[in-house]
Amino acid sequence: METLKFIASYLTIVLLAPPVMLGIINKTKAAVAGRKGPPVLQPLHDTIKLLGKGAVYSETTTWMFRLGPVVSLAAVIAAASLVPLAGAPLVSFNGDAILFAYLFALGRFVTVTAALDTGSSFEGMGASREVAFSSLAEPALILAFAGLAYRAGEFSLVRMFAPHGGLNSAASTILALGSLFVVLLAENSRIPVDDPNTHLELTMIHEVMVLDHGGPDLAFILHGAGLKLVLMAGLLVRLILPELPMLGSAGSLLLGLAAAAVLIGLVESSMARLRLVRVPQLLVAAICAATFGLILTLR
Amino acid sequence: MSLTSRFASIRNGDSVDFSKVPVVPIEDFRSSILKMAAAKHRLCALFSQATDDRAPAGLLAVLADDIGGRLYLAASQPAASYPTLTPELPQAHLFEREIHESSGVLPEGHPWLKPVRRALADKTPFFQEQGEEVHEVAVGPIHAGIIEPGHFRFQCHGETVHHLEIQLGYQHRGAERLLSAGPDRRSMAVAESICGDTAIAHAWAHCMIREALAGASVSLRDEALRAVVLEVERLSNHIGDLGAISNDIGYLPATAYFGRMRGDFLNMLMLVSGNRYGKGMLQPGGAAFDIPDGMRAQMIETVRRSVTQVKEVADMFFGEPSVISRLEETGTVSMKVCEDLGLVGVCARAAGLDRDVRQDHPFGLYRFRHIPVIKLDSGDVFARAMVRFLEAQRSLEFLNALLENLPEASAGSPCGTPAGNRLSVSLIEGWRGEVCHVAKTGRDGRFEWYKVIDPSFHNWIGLAMALRGGEISDFPLSNKSFNLSYAGHDL
Repeated sequence: METLKFIASYLTIVLLAPPVMLGIINKTKAAVAGRKGPPVLQPLHDTIKLLGKGAVYSETTTWMFRLGPVVSLAAVIAAASLVPLAGAPLVSFNGDAILFAYLFALGRFVTVTAALDTGSSFEGMGASREVAFSSLAEPALILAFAGLAYRAGEFSLVRMFAPHGGLNSAASTILALGSLFVVLLAENSRIPVDDPNTHLELTMIHEVMVLDHGGPDLAFILHGAGLKLVLMAGLLVRLILPELPMLGSAGSLLLGLAAAAVLIGLVESSMARLRLVRVPQLLVAAICAATFGLILTLR
Repeated sequence: MSLTSRFASIRNGDSVDFSKVPVVPIEDFRSSILKMAAAKHRLCALFSQATDDRAPAGLLAVLADDIGGRLYLAASQPAASYPTLTPELPQAHLFEREIHESSGVLPEGHPWLKPVRRALADKTPFFQEQGEEVHEVAVGPIHAGIIEPGHFRFQCHGETVHHLEIQLGYQHRGAERLLSAGPDRRSMAVAESICGDTAIAHAWAHCMIREALAGASVSLRDEALRAVVLEVERLSNHIGDLGAISNDIGYLPATAYFGRMRGDFLNMLMLVSGNRYGKGMLQPGGAAFDIPDGMRAQMIETVRRSVTQVKEVADMFFGEPSVISRLEETGTVSMKVCEDLGLVGVCARAAGLDRDVRQDHPFGLYRFRHIPVIKLDSGDVFARAMVRFLEAQRSLEFLNALLENLPEASAGSPCGTPAGNRLSVSLIEGWRGEVCHVAKTGRDGRFEWYKVIDPSFHNWIGLAMALRGGEISDFPLSNKSFNLSYAGHDL
């Protein structure tokens, strides 16, 4: 019974948290701009609508194009099983943090290949940008993980991101948090790195790679992207937010996710997007922060 | 023989007997245009007076002396071809392409003699770069978002743009042909539809042509009403553009606030004319609607409220460091390029050129009340945004003062029918830049031909130059900062 309840709450979070979190971000942005904004559940309605649609495939594409959305969603779901979403993770072992990072890389690899498969110059441009920027975001992620793993004594997410855990000094925790937050914004194509709402193909990074996907494929991609955001935000939340007794671990995680969504919404409302050539500078800054954090931990 | 004696000289909004416009041999025509241009005269228009019936069409040039406030006209009758002006006078490049397209007269030696509007039908090749590492990106004609159609071809090396070719013509509706069938009851509606967001400026330019040809005068009150709606049109577009620029860089609060304020100005036009774009407000001889005292008070209140609101939101927008770092040094056009290519309006003023028809060739009420010209010198997206904000402030001040003291109503003379065999030129400073209409009547007082030059016709090449050597990801932002019209170019 306990196991069943655990799996049920895990599934609920994996299915519902992504659209709700995106909904809260949009609502926050609307509120800051003085608008009413779409309902919080709008992203969920959009996903359901897309799932009910047919898909159109270009004749120039191959199976690689159809593989992209499925594998990228599967990779993110697999990564979700490693993250302690409902108190504990589904699967945990020493070294799962590395698997976590590389499942994200796998998802990116198939998305990029699917984009290149279309032969469109836009999507090629987006693919090149995505790969260039993630080659800088990845070191930041791994370095921040390394500091946390050293402290935890084990390379597993559940120990590294234990509540009340943190690093051995406030400074190293803040540095790791800061770099992980930048990685979160970059990985999830948020402002200041990318603009998830733009319709301008030439400036997009992530969105331009999925222009040719429609229907259920697009629903997979959108849900996968949302889930990625939930996972990364969830880890950060566990690192800083102590478990609240009246809410239970899943409840405090959800509360933390909502707070993270508001924070992301505020960041997006308070600044303009970076010029594309400046994005690497931001990511290198994240790498530096993570490295200093690691040095402080090792000291 | 002095240089200007080869030309007929008129002021903006005057008409001249066509027989007084000197017809000179093409060699003299060419050399005197070049000499005038060397003496800082600007090429306002150069076109062939093609009509449906008369086959060998003559060329007509309109040069503007922005300091002396005069316009110079000359005509010529070339044979099948003449040596091109473009290499020596780059601002003639698009005019000569148009001449070739509409009349078949060949500007010999033109470096890029593509049709202006028919290139697609004629399947003319695009400029191409060869090499392993360069790639081509084609955007449009159908774009994401609800905008007009136009095709953009980028030659890129990685993210860097080497060359951008802009191919328009999808919006060609034959506006000039429709206008040259007039003047009739349809003419005003056609003039207002040349470019939907510049309806008032084009309507005014058409009215000025009709009034000049008929020798009609407009009452001071009506001149004031026209100036009011022209400035409100400028405000709605400048504020809307600031919001759109803000949207393109993902700075959402300013987008929302500017967007709402644009609505205030469109509603003001709605209040005055019954149309959010001010269509139907102007008519030859005056204005179709008056502003009664109650409405005037309402408008003054909106203007005063907007003064503070525009300032507040602009302070927020221009005070945000991430906004400034995004706008500065993006899409730069130098003053030299602006001058060589004959750019007009906001783009020219952002690059340091002192070009404003309201000052240089004052028309209507601007002959009596002046608006200070705004000029910046960096020529980038930031300068174009800043010029818009500062001009919006000047327009608000102008409106506030003018609405407080609208001239008393007095009866103007109704606009009669145009006199025969005359030519007239009208220049209006629309919000985008100089709107130019040139028309000639036949012996019966009906138009023989009618030429329209929207500011976009001058400025599209400026966008291509702004992108050269820039990042392809900066294109949408640069494009928005120019915000040129497809319909105005395609006619």
